[in-house]
This record gives sequence, structure tokens and C-alpha cells, in this order.
Amino acid sequence: MSKAKRNYARPLDIKNGAIDMSHGAGGRAMAQLIAELFMRHLGNGYLGQGNDGAVLPAPLLGEQAARLVMSTDCHVVSPLFFPGGDIGSLSVHGTLNDVAVMGAKPLYLSAGFILEEGFALEALDRIVASMARAASLAGVPVVTGDTKVVERGKGDGVFITTTGVGVLPHGLDLGGAQVRAGDVVLVSGTLGDHGVAIMSLRENLRFASDIVSDSAALHGLVAHLLETGADIRCLRDPTRGGLSSTLNEIALHAGVGMMLHEAQIPIKPAVASACELLGLDPLYVANEGKLIAICAAADAQRVLRAMREHPLGVDAAIIGEVVADDHHFVQLTTAFGGKRIVDWLTGDQLPRIC
Amino acid sequence: MKYIDEYRDGALARTLAQRIQSLAQAGRSYSFMEFCGGHTHAISRYGIANLLPASVHLVHGPGCPVCVLPIGRIDMAIEIARNPEVILCTYGDTLRVPASQGRSLLKAKAAGSDIRMVYSTLDAIQIARNNPAREVVFLAIGFETTTPPTAMAVLKAHQEKLSNFSILCCHVLTPPAMAQILESAPSQGEESLRIDGFIGPAHVSTVIGSQPYEVFSTHYRKPVVIAGFEPLDVMQAIAMLMVQVNEGRAEVENEFTRAVTPEGNLKAQARVAEVFELRSSFEWRGLATVPHSALQLRETFAAFDAERKFGLIYHSVPDNKACECGAVLRGVKRPQDCKIFGTVCTPENPIGSCMVSSEGACAAHYSYGRFETASA
Repeated sequence: MSKAKRNYARPLDIKNGAIDMSHGAGGRAMAQLIAELFMRHLGNGYLGQGNDGAVLPAPLLGEQAARLVMSTDCHVVSPLFFPGGDIGSLSVHGTLNDVAVMGAKPLYLSAGFILEEGFALEALDRIVASMARAASLAGVPVVTGDTKVVERGKGDGVFITTTGVGVLPHGLDLGGAQVRAGDVVLVSGTLGDHGVAIMSLRENLRFASDIVSDSAALHGLVAHLLETGADIRCLRDPTRGGLSSTLNEIALHAGVGMMLHEAQIPIKPAVASACELLGLDPLYVANEGKLIAICAAADAQRVLRAMREHPLGVDAAIIGEVVADDHHFVQLTTAFGGKRIVDWLTGDQLPRIC
Repeated sequence: MKYIDEYRDGALARTLAQRIQSLAQAGRSYSFMEFCGGHTHAISRYGIANLLPASVHLVHGPGCPVCVLPIGRIDMAIEIARNPEVILCTYGDTLRVPASQGRSLLKAKAAGSDIRMVYSTLDAIQIARNNPAREVVFLAIGFETTTPPTAMAVLKAHQEKLSNFSILCCHVLTPPAMAQILESAPSQGEESLRIDGFIGPAHVSTVIGSQPYEVFSTHYRKPVVIAGFEPLDVMQAIAMLMVQVNEGRAEVENEFTRAVTPEGNLKAQARVAEVFELRSSFEWRGLATVPHSALQLRETFAAFDAERKFGLIYHSVPDNKACECGAVLRGVKRPQDCKIFGTVCTPENPIGSCMVSSEGACAAHYSYGRFETASA
């Protein structure tokens, strides 16, 4: 009798193995990768349904059907591992934050992986473990996913696309359109940490620094701010393009201008120094765990206090106000005493950062 | 930040602004050219113009390295990069400078040329070491500040016998450009330029020292104050220039004593002299062809000269007709005087070179100062 065991497959060699084209071909190798790597880290009842889509309970808020918020985000950061995080945790935080800043409680995540032929399984395993950790800490399961493999040279290790779904409380309507002249602009902490952490690892730029990415899930902080009942008009997370791009978007959307005060904008000295050295402006550098809040002037102190009570908002500050301006300019009073425009980002300050 | 914040202190700025106010004599106006893009950038970024009395005017000069690169030079670089065995390396802003037929190095890169941004000439050397089968060309641009690092790279390549490394030398010199501005007659339809003094270069002067500017005080009777790139440096220099004008003096003074000496960096000068010699003439964007205003490799280092290696001949290409970069670079027009400023020509779609680098007069005004024009 043959000694072959029925259905036996050699376990995935995570320590030494690499992605090959068969992992994306839809056959046994792919099933094994899903079972032994993705499911091992991310597995839960919904993901375990094993069908093409996940069947999820629709949330009810009281008697009414709840409104859903859905957002998707592609992650192509290079390098894949950086101080303070990696593409796995970033892909969870990035999408959760997009859902959270709408005021919604995130419920579910999906994850799509594009893997490059030859990518080390050990690295993939670390990335997926980090993703699982971030999702579990945030209390939001990954309920469905997909994997594709592209030939060597046609990807950059791994790209991850995540989609998040959340539920919006009744009556809450945050967004750029709500912003009006007289409102106050706050940030939840220091700016530019993520972008500079990535920059410090660039191939030809390596410099020693203890700056770590601020990558974090913000829905807890958002919920805490909303609990205050303060009149919050708009929340955003200033990722690519930094504070300046986010505020310019809001100014254009709301048909207003903004006046910021340089001296009040929190920036870590190490980040300021690195930016000085590299000729960058920290207001244009990406963040992955910061919140911009725009609220009614009367509630500004209340929102500031609430931010500072939360571990992710201890360095929060009021940085400026919304003003009437037909040109929709975001301006800044410099610490020096002059005034200047904080314009949209032109071109690219950094390589891929999120 | 230590040694930085001290030069950006708002309270000191207000005191200096008051002093400048008190130095402004009734019935007199003051027109100073800041030669360097670094100063242009500081003036715009810190809003220095709002702190000056109406009688003090700042005229932007041509001291932005990518702004003065003529189209023909970028065309040459694109031509070299088209060669599949070439890796072309250069500094960041150069990638976006418009060339002829709507091209740029960035677009050439997207079309398949191997063009890489480097922060240091030594990175280009490393790329040459790592790719012995490829030709690595460094597009060397800039004033006297960036010339010593290029000289070092050539010396290094020479020492290591790196035969696959060469430079496309576009290094230019500051004093001949300043003289050209003072010598050149206004073109048709342009008002003549009045310059009562120069805010002298910061980083360039750390290399060449303050002595090369003496000719502007003795021959042209214009005061020069060498100033650092921090906003308080610029304001202090303005005050020093006003004192000279009020007293009828024209001297070279040094505000940037923390970095600039009369003789400059002798070691750097020696390296540059070892590797480079004067070019008989060089075309600048805006200033036309200026004699003895640029450098070329000495015969000893001819093997590292990309122009010879690839048999390139320079062709002058006229700027876009609507673009006023030439007049802006000579200081006779302001960015907002250009018809296409902020409409056809923006930092996203630069038509002229001044809209490319953050040190360019047009880009600086667009990014930091356009609210004044808009509200005026």
C-alpha cells in the first residue's frame, strides 16, 4: 500500500519560502497560502464562511436602518517596514481612519493583496500578523479578501487595498460642506512624523533619527470627541500632502479661506530639523494618525480638552480659524510676523509613503 | 531648532522692521536686488515684504540654479538620457524644468529613460560603481555652491578610473551674472532697472568669499551686503544697505560673518580650480550669452566630459514667446507682470523655468505671496 497520505500537502515554508506564480493561480497553492497564512492571522467567523463574499448582519440603530459609510484605500508604501509600523498596520489604520473621520463606527474591513513573484513568505507573514494585530486592537475584523500574484518586476513586493464599512449615528453629518467662516481649526498632535520616518529610510538619504511613524487608528479618538456633543463640522486625517493639502481641499469645498498661526502648529523638534535639512515643509508631509477637527468657535476649548484627554491627542492644539475669502486661500501668519499662503502641494515631496 | 530659531525670531523682526522704517528717508526710495533664490524664497516664505515700508523695493535676481538653465541644455540632457545604456542623475528640481516641445526630464523618465534624482554627487558615483556596464552621466548644475561637490566627484572618478562616469557641466558663476545685469540695456518695451544695492549671496559666498564682490562697489558704485538665508539675515542686510545708501557709501559688507570670510573656502576653490576652467561663453536663460560666466572641465579631465563623450553640440532654443522669465530673471519685470503667470503657467504646468523651483521668483510668488496680488 502506498505510504502517501490522502490530501497531504507540505506545509508552507514561511521561513524560507517565496511567493511564486502558483500562489495566484487559484489552485491548491493559493488555497494553502490563504489557509496557512492569511486565515491563521486574520481568521474569524465571517472570513471563515469561505465564499466569494461575506454575509454580514446589517446594523440597526433603534428602529431605523442605519446609514453606512464605506471607504477604500490602496497602500503602496516603500519601504514596507518602517519605524512605528509597516504596510500591514498602515493598511488597517488608513482605511479605518477614512471611515472614522466621517463620524462612523467602523465595523468591517476587506483586504486585497497584490503580491510580487519572489516575495518572501516570511515578510508576508510579518505583514499579515501586523495587520491582524492592528485590526484586533481596533476591534474591526477583516471579513473578506483577495490575493493576486504578479510577475517579478511588475509589483513592489506587496500592495494592499483595504475597504472599510462603518455605521453612522443618526443626525450626524460631518464634512467640508458644513465648515463656515468663524469656525476654529484644531489638530490632534504633532505633524509630519510619518513622512519623515519613511524619509529617514530612503535608499540614498538614510539619516539616524528616533522619529517613528504616527500610524494609529483614530476611531476611538473620534468617538471620544463626538461624545462631548460639541458642534464639530468636519474631521479629516491629513495623510498624503499633509495639513496643507487637507485644509486646501476643505477650503475649496466649503468656499472659505483659513488663517493659520505658525507658532501654534505642533511639530516635533526632530521632525522640524529633518525637514530643514531636506528642504521640506512639515505642513506638506504625511501623517497617518492625526486628526484635523473644525468646530464652532464656541466649542473649540471643549474639543481641545477632549482631544488632550485621549492618548492619541495629548499634543493637540488650536492652530487657526476659518475666514471668509473668495479666493479660498489657506494663509499662515508666520512666527516671524509676516503672512504667506499655504498652497496645495505641487509635484511630490516624497516617494510613496502610504 | 538651535541656531535656526534665533534667526527667525518674531520679536527681533519687529525691532528690525522699526529700524528699517526709521532709516527710510522721506522722498527717497530704495530698490535692492536679492541675487539668490534662497533669499527670494525666504522673503516670500516669511512674508518679509509685508514688514517693509512702501519705499523699500526688493527686486528678484537670477540666482536660482534651475531658473537660469536654458532650454538647449535640458534638451542636451534629454538627448543623452535617450541612449538606453545611460543612467542620467541630477538634483530634484532639474527634473521639472521645461525643455523644448513640451518636454522635461520628468516626462523623458516616464517615457522610459533611466533618469534618477540624487541628493549628492557621490550618490551618482556610487551608481556608476554599481552599474559598470552602463554609462552614468551627472547633469551638474548650480552656482559656486554646488561646483565643489561636482569637482570632488570628478576627482573621485579620476582616482578610481571610473570610465563609465561623466558630467554634463552646466556650472555657472555669480559675479559675471551680476555684472551682466548692471551692464545690460533694457529691451524694447521694458523699463530700465534701478538697483541701489545687492543683497549678496549666502552659500555662494561661503565658497568664494566676499572679495569677488569688490568690483561692484569700486567699479559700479553699488553697495553689496552678503547675507544669510534666514529671514532676520535678510532684514539686517536691508537695514545695512539703507545705511550705505543714506550715507552715500558703496561698500562690500558682510552680514553673514558666521559663515563667510573675505577669502572664502580656499580648499574648495583649489579643488574647483584643479578640475574646471572658464568657458569662453555660456547661454543663460534670461541673460542671453554671457562671456566667461560658466565652467568647463579641464583637458586633464576631458574623459569625464559628457559633451565630448557623446559628441553633443549645444543648440540655443528660444523661450516660449508669452513667457517673461527672461525679464523676471533680469529683474525688470515682476512675476505678476507676466500675462501667463498663474493662468497658463503654474507650478503644476510650468511654462518658464522661474515657475519650477521653490527658489524661482514666479514659484515663490505663486506659492507664498499671491494673496497680495489677488487682494490688490
